Amino acid sequence: MKFALAGNPNSGKTTLFNALTGSTAHVGNWPGVTVDKRTGTYKKLDEKVEIVDLPGIYSLSPYTPEEIVSRNFILDEKPDCVINIVDVTNLERNLYLTTQLLETDTPVVIALNMTDALSKAGGRVDSAGLEKELGVPVTEISALKGTNLSELMDKAYKAAKIDRKGSSVIKNGILSSVYDKVYKLYEQNGIADAAFHAVKLIEKDELETKKYPDLAEEAGSLTSEVDTGLFEGDFEGVVADLRYKYIEHKFSGLIKKAEQERALSKSDRIDRILTHKVWGIPIFLAIMLAVFHLTFSENFLLLGLFIKEGTFDIPILGTDALNSPGVILFNAMDWLTATIGDAVSGAMPEGTWYTGLICDGLLSGVFSVLSFIPQILVLFLFLSILEDSGYMARVAFILDRAFRKFGLSGKAFMPLIMCFGCAVPGIMATRTLENEAERKRTVMLAPFFSCGAKLPIWAAFGGVFALAYTNLNATLIVYSMYILGIAVAVLASLLLKKTVVKGETPPFIMELPEYRMPQFKNTMIYLWQKLKHYIFRAATIITGAVIVIWFLTSFNFRLQMVDAEFSIIGIISKWFTWLFVPLGFGMGDKGWMFVVAAFTGLIAKEMVVGTLGVFAGISEDEALEGSADYLFASSLGAVMLAIGGTLGDIDVSVPAMFSFMAFNLLSVPCMAAVAAANGELGGKKNTLTAIAFWMITAYAVSLAVFWYGVFFKVSVVAASVVLALIVAALITLAVLKYKGVIGAKSAVKQSIKGE
Amino acid sequence: MEKTLDLFKPDEKGRVKAVCAEGKLRRRILDMGVTPGVEIVMKKAAPLGDPLEINLRGYSLSVRKSEAQTILMEV
Repeated sequence: MKFALAGNPNSGKTTLFNALTGSTAHVGNWPGVTVDKRTGTYKKLDEKVEIVDLPGIYSLSPYTPEEIVSRNFILDEKPDCVINIVDVTNLERNLYLTTQLLETDTPVVIALNMTDALSKAGGRVDSAGLEKELGVPVTEISALKGTNLSELMDKAYKAAKIDRKGSSVIKNGILSSVYDKVYKLYEQNGIADAAFHAVKLIEKDELETKKYPDLAEEAGSLTSEVDTGLFEGDFEGVVADLRYKYIEHKFSGLIKKAEQERALSKSDRIDRILTHKVWGIPIFLAIMLAVFHLTFSENFLLLGLFIKEGTFDIPILGTDALNSPGVILFNAMDWLTATIGDAVSGAMPEGTWYTGLICDGLLSGVFSVLSFIPQILVLFLFLSILEDSGYMARVAFILDRAFRKFGLSGKAFMPLIMCFGCAVPGIMATRTLENEAERKRTVMLAPFFSCGAKLPIWAAFGGVFALAYTNLNATLIVYSMYILGIAVAVLASLLLKKTVVKGETPPFIMELPEYRMPQFKNTMIYLWQKLKHYIFRAATIITGAVIVIWFLTSFNFRLQMVDAEFSIIGIISKWFTWLFVPLGFGMGDKGWMFVVAAFTGLIAKEMVVGTLGVFAGISEDEALEGSADYLFASSLGAVMLAIGGTLGDIDVSVPAMFSFMAFNLLSVPCMAAVAAANGELGGKKNTLTAIAFWMITAYAVSLAVFWYGVFFKVSVVAASVVLALIVAALITLAVLKYKGVIGAKSAVKQSIKGE
Repeated sequence: MEKTLDLFKPDEKGRVKAVCAEGKLRRRILDMGVTPGVEIVMKKAAPLGDPLEINLRGYSLSVRKSEAQTILMEV
């Protein structure tokens, strides 16, 4: 048997799903958290029941892709029963969907959710009266506490065994005679879900009219005789109005709203501060700053200002300053993996091929993924709390105006900010955007937001620069990459809006859910899912890629073990190295290493530092062990050794390394993200456009970064600062006068095309 | 008196007279419960002046001014 869970966004569907199946689907206080249907099993009935959690919808007339998923499932896959979850604190709008579900022939049971919250505040709902009027079983439940769930499932199980005929509330009111006639037309033709189809045809639904042109003609002549008054022949409007009128008329007496007013005013009180005219934006910026500070800062609470240089140096916790929780976890994991790596390599015989495979290939590759997982989890922990509380919807509200300038809506904020953790969930979250053009634009911008896998690259290079030139600040280099990414995203968004993905600015009609306390369990489930995802990745894709790369870098075409330079990948990459000479990092006798690293980065960004590490490990093994500090031993030292060859001339090699970082920041993020983008962009052609767009952007920006650095002979100290300043200026310019900027940019684009 | 929703001041109340949007947008507005006769309270504008937060049918909804302009209200 198969039951489907359907209901409004944010009505508690996913919580109910988790409670029923013991599954760990993610729940959020953000309309549209379930972007695709997911399934689980309920085992407490006589037979096993498959439960399908559908994305939240307001209506069965599809308006977003997620609504299409839900509608198609109910109509085409014919579940044995639909469990319609209804939030009693928002009864009228929730029942609007119910009136549509009842038009299908599928058995329906109603789960009245959040009744506990209602009664706690002195409110009350007459569920018996509701059941009588709707004609289907109604159960009061609390999805959160798990109250009455077995009762609900018993009722659903019983209902599933009884045939049901759909009926519509529009059989009363001005359309009653038309409805009766159209309904009969469908019935005579033996079409299932006659009531549903009849209403759609009366609404003049495009798909329905195309599917049944003959019936549509008859229905058309019937409807033309109806006087729709204010609606002036808009039957969609008449039907929507009839539904709401019916709900108001029949159900307004069944619910005591005492609690509702109070809950609303609680949210209002919070909003008085958080979406305040003046303070709303500063508070938002402060919250975001705090989140990133807690996750990425190496100078927690700026304590470094009060610590005398050289007096505080505890590995993992920090040097001359305290690390933020995110960095502490990162260091701890890094230390752990490095220790294990050392122990393993110490225990194995030196110089054999399998030692190379396990130590240089497998462990170093997989560990480079594992060590940044804690930091991503810390970031997602904060985002999850903000989302679960309802604040993220307010962020969309606050930012909408600003985002609109760039052809996006405030809703694009959530997917994009997720990309700082990982582009894959970020890209998948774009499905909550209604407008296709906006969704495409958002997907194409996603990789520019520096994800967790790229952080080790910035950290490694920042660390190397700081070690080699004491006047360069590592943190500043890391931040400059984030800012560069955002700036490119802003400009690219304007560019896309005018060129590749045209389309008017999408509407912004979004529910602002009530604030609620984030649920500890929700947060943990969310983090556990992310953790599983990354461990799975590390165990499969990354491990596989690492082994392949190790093989390609250790053997030549005759399968003899050789130094990396003469290996398969060394030979092949030398054919392509000239392409990257204009970008700087393809120059010199170590240039090919960076080309290979950038190439592996297209598979997964975790590989970049790992690949450079493999080169260093293979060619300069002993020198590597000489660089005592264990924190630098694996990644940083490796990169430094690899750079060594080109770093002789500072004026060239520093801009070249910035160019290398920019290329990694902006190019194809990873294979997993490409797969996710392919799913959202819907079609190979769009995906190929996106890939081309990312590569061209990466190449153009890296080129600019390199030659800017070389021409202006920027001193090492100023390089990162100037970069950040330019980028900040560009953002300001774009915000102030984006039309002028667009003109200049399209000219650039055309000249690229011209080539 | 009649005026469109985008002209409402914070905490101003009114009843919907007609929804003048077209196509998908109109459908969406109606689906969210903005139908003739329903009472709407305009709560506030976002910090940058747009969109608006409105209350209706016991919940909060955010709409842009351009969308609110299509909602004709009876004050």
